[in-house]
Amino acid sequence: MSEFRQRVEAAIPALRRYARALTRDSETADDIVQDTLVRALRSEHLFHDGDVRAWLYTILTNLNRNRLRSLSRRPTLTPIKDSDAAMTGPDTGSRDIARALDDLAEDQRAALLLVVLEGLTYREVAEVQGVPIGTVMSRLARARMQIKAYLDGERPALRRVK
Amino acid sequence: MTDRDQTISEDELHAYVDGELPANRRSAVEAWLAVHGDDAARVAAWRAQAELIRKRYGGVASEVPPKRLQVERLTRSRRGWMAAAVAAVLVAFIAGGAAGWFARGAEAASPSDLDRFTADALEAYRLYVVEVRHPVEVPGDQRPHLVEWLSKRLGSPLRAPELERMGLKLVGGRLLPGPTGATAFFMYEGPSGERFTLYCGRTSDHEMALRYTTGTQNAAYYWVDQNVAYVLSGPAERDKLHDIAQAAYDQIDTRTPPQGG
Repeated sequence: MSEFRQRVEAAIPALRRYARALTRDSETADDIVQDTLVRALRSEHLFHDGDVRAWLYTILTNLNRNRLRSLSRRPTLTPIKDSDAAMTGPDTGSRDIARALDDLAEDQRAALLLVVLEGLTYREVAEVQGVPIGTVMSRLARARMQIKAYLDGERPALRRVK
Repeated sequence: MTDRDQTISEDELHAYVDGELPANRRSAVEAWLAVHGDDAARVAAWRAQAELIRKRYGGVASEVPPKRLQVERLTRSRRGWMAAAVAAVLVAFIAGGAAGWFARGAEAASPSDLDRFTADALEAYRLYVVEVRHPVEVPGDQRPHLVEWLSKRLGSPLRAPELERMGLKLVGGRLLPGPTGATAFFMYEGPSGERFTLYCGRTSDHEMALRYTTGTQNAAYYWVDQNVAYVLSGPAERDKLHDIAQAAYDQIDTRTPPQGG
């Protein structure tokens, strides 16, 4: 197996972790990882001695954005999560981190996960997301503020209409 | 306490939590946190969040990946899915008034094909851009055949612009139904999987230079040349999209140089 392929293979567990947190669904996560791997392996010849891992994160992040775009054409409104009375008890476990991640905008969620879960530097995240570092930091700040508000029991902000 | 040099910005607090702060600022942040309880509480909350995330998802990396993710398996079956890139069912695409959402964003001064073309083109973009295995009917390595076929169906000579120098490879193309009959659909892809599509169909609209229209997630440039309307669609990043549209526009425009009269 080529060195490139070995590096791709070595990255799979981390890609699955990132995808799982990004989608909060194991089946969807593995679908995206598979698509990521197919693309990476198909483009092996385009890859010249860079950071394979960062490149894989970039592909996966793009694919998930594409996926969400295609989903967003269906509903015009997304339900407000806490309208369900069963979930708004004072100290139920439902205010958990997965739901908090659910309520974030996709780019904020990706930035936060790449930093805290995948251990990428701000610079690497900026490259993965194709934005300046300042944008990464503001995504991070907004994500953290919103999660904190959610975990503190505030009503989540109305979600943006997609 | 009011010394400006000692003020710690929120960015620095994040950098502190994420281990991105230069060593020489760390003690300043710690001194600040010792006397600013609200900031200390925020830092503690951010750390707790990170801990929750790692606790919840960190274990995934220790699982044995399913067989379908094995590199060995994926490289072996590669030829299979390439060969399988054949026609997909288009019924779902035609059904449904898909144009509605986009019409809000389009600026239509007069009744023109612009609205219908951009709406249909963006719909096609959204439908096919997520496809991994069957994004196109004819792959890009058969460019001459693809262009000849689509030109014939459209009844106008077409050209699939060469966008390699922008880092975009022609994935291929397909024939689609459009507002005025047959339309040609070319898909391009960058090295990180980002995709752009060019949608071409006959129109009675007059010549028109690049026009930008945007939805919430995707955007498009529309133009008309020689009775053919073109819509270049992609992620809503205007500058990038503009550069690509300009390159495509230039190539298509110079296809038939002005006759001088």
